[in-house]
Amino acid sequence: MSADPRLRILVAKPGLDGHDRGAKIIARALRDAGIEVIYTGLHQTPEMIAEAAIQEDVDAIGLSILSGAHNTLFPAIMRLIKEKGGDDIAIFGGGIIPEEDIASLKQAGVREIFTPGATTDDIVAWVRTNVHPRI
Amino acid sequence: MSAQPKSAPTPSEPPRRFSTISDMEIKECYTADDLDGREADAKIGKPGEFPYTRGVYPTMHRGRPWTMRQFAGFGTPRDTNERFKFLLARGQTGLSTAFDMPTLMGYDADHERSLGEVGREGTALSTIDDMAELFDGIPLDEVTTSMTVNCSASIVLAMYFAVAERRGIPMSKLGGTIQNDMLKEYIAQKEWISPPVPSVRVIIDMIEFCTKEAPRFHPVSISGYHIREAGSTAVQEVAFTLADGLGYVEAAVARGLEVDDFAPRLSFFFNLHNDFLEEIAKLRAARRLWARLMRDRFGAKNPRSMMLRTHAQTAGCSLTAQQPVNNVVRVAIQALAGVLGGVQSLHTNSMDETLALPSENAVMVALRTQQIIAEESGVTNTVDPLGGSYAIEALTDRIEAEAEDYINQIDKLGGIVRAIELGFPQKEIAEAAYHFQRQFDRKEKVMVGVNRYQNDEKPSIELLRIHADTEDKQSARVRAFKAARDQARATARLADVRTACRDGQNLMPPLIAAVKDGVTLGEICDVYRDEFGVYRDPAWL
Repeated sequence: MSADPRLRILVAKPGLDGHDRGAKIIARALRDAGIEVIYTGLHQTPEMIAEAAIQEDVDAIGLSILSGAHNTLFPAIMRLIKEKGGDDIAIFGGGIIPEEDIASLKQAGVREIFTPGATTDDIVAWVRTNVHPRI
Repeated sequence: MSAQPKSAPTPSEPPRRFSTISDMEIKECYTADDLDGREADAKIGKPGEFPYTRGVYPTMHRGRPWTMRQFAGFGTPRDTNERFKFLLARGQTGLSTAFDMPTLMGYDADHERSLGEVGREGTALSTIDDMAELFDGIPLDEVTTSMTVNCSASIVLAMYFAVAERRGIPMSKLGGTIQNDMLKEYIAQKEWISPPVPSVRVIIDMIEFCTKEAPRFHPVSISGYHIREAGSTAVQEVAFTLADGLGYVEAAVARGLEVDDFAPRLSFFFNLHNDFLEEIAKLRAARRLWARLMRDRFGAKNPRSMMLRTHAQTAGCSLTAQQPVNNVVRVAIQALAGVLGGVQSLHTNSMDETLALPSENAVMVALRTQQIIAEESGVTNTVDPLGGSYAIEALTDRIEAEAEDYINQIDKLGGIVRAIELGFPQKEIAEAAYHFQRQFDRKEKVMVGVNRYQNDEKPSIELLRIHADTEDKQSARVRAFKAARDQARATARLADVRTACRDGQNLMPPLIAAVKDGVTLGEICDVYRDEFGVYRDPAWL
């Protein structure tokens, strides 16, 4: 079973830390599920990520954050995406993110947050159900 | 509980595989036939003697317990100083400093790229005053200090030396370790400023300087820890770490340094993962292979040049956010493997580290775990108690042989710097990480509480929160520091650093002079960015 072949997802690693094990595994699992994946590489600023998302015309952005800066970075990226006219790009993420922060991030519009222990199958299944090609 | 009859596997089921966490297949039983017959004893050797399979010292932990060194750092330098004193008061025997991401990537706290990251993953540090506050009231000539910092290590070390001098302690009396291993940054931890070649040059400057001026300091800690955390196997951890070590030795020898002058101060840092026997064998294999490589490739004659002395830390990536108290048990098993594997220094992770930086209660349990192993378990009563075990010796042989194969492959590519430029170790690790993840997804590899024995209850342990005003306080402090210094002097000192970058003179003297006159970490790193160029993530998948 593969996902909608038209799907394009940006896997992005904002912030200064170098923990890219998760981002790379997710990128690879999504690609193996038949989704087109663009991986930004490390140390991206919110501007770089928003720019890449618009230029690559993606349907969703998966953000991997393990630096504790999620409460700064998620809102910054969402604001920039909105400014650039990408309101309908689904934003999801994962990393070391405490429970109470997950609630407030979701309230702010982050569609889903995956924490340590989530399987790649869970994440691929979520993407298949929740991310659709933008018209 | 009723006894369940053991059901025979049905014919359609594949035979069960027994393999380590690195997916190394393990035999049902090892015997003398798995060792090299009469050669085995010579190959294993005696503790304290070449090839150091059984440990680098004849009496090991009987003679001297390992250093209990908990990695600590968060918030402002003052917050971290308080944590240091908390740990020392509870029997910790050395310090280990965690810096925040801006410091590790070479940005001051007031830089826009530092936004949201100041004091989050370690202590903030931008200026010599921050360094003074970090070690306020701590006797630098008595306690050895480890500092985990790499691309900005030269500046952090300059600040440490300068603060010691302010207190009247000469560099020659300072003992400690600075991680300063850039090759593994490109491979695994991925905090960098400039490309590999100039980065190695700065490291060799530091090795050269410390060999002469600070002979008790370890100027580099060749680190496999991060390689393993990035998802490598145990064999890859040994192979890529030793390959990095060979890279530094080659570069230092090419500079004209005598191998026996600097090699005794090279130290190592390994991971301690869940697979108990594999980890013990890994440490023994790494020691034996390093001893042989140093003797045969570089003609080292001083036994200390051949001794792989190592710090170790339990595996952060093995800890689970689910049922976090279980992590205490994981850490105890991993730490025991480290002790039986003969480490010189140890950090035990705290149970809450997948959720946040450690709380005081959690870090105390972690420290107590080491104390229980050292003083209650009895495993330190005899040296290398597992030496001669068929399984341990066979695994040691195998890890050594497979790691050496990797090192030979790297040689064929043209050495470790070239291999990194080609992405060879990076891709091998990504492959292993993905392989493990798929095994985990299929439940072939178990994480208790995560893909087996799950509970629905949410963990209820207290977590450390970083004060919300840390970033504002720290960036205001840096701005005030910059405003108060003698600008003309600072500018001149920074220009001296730039000159040294260009003309190849050893960077350490101008760095020490610069930080004393108020040049900040971020300003010097900007010069590195200008002069040495900026390395960008090749983003291999």
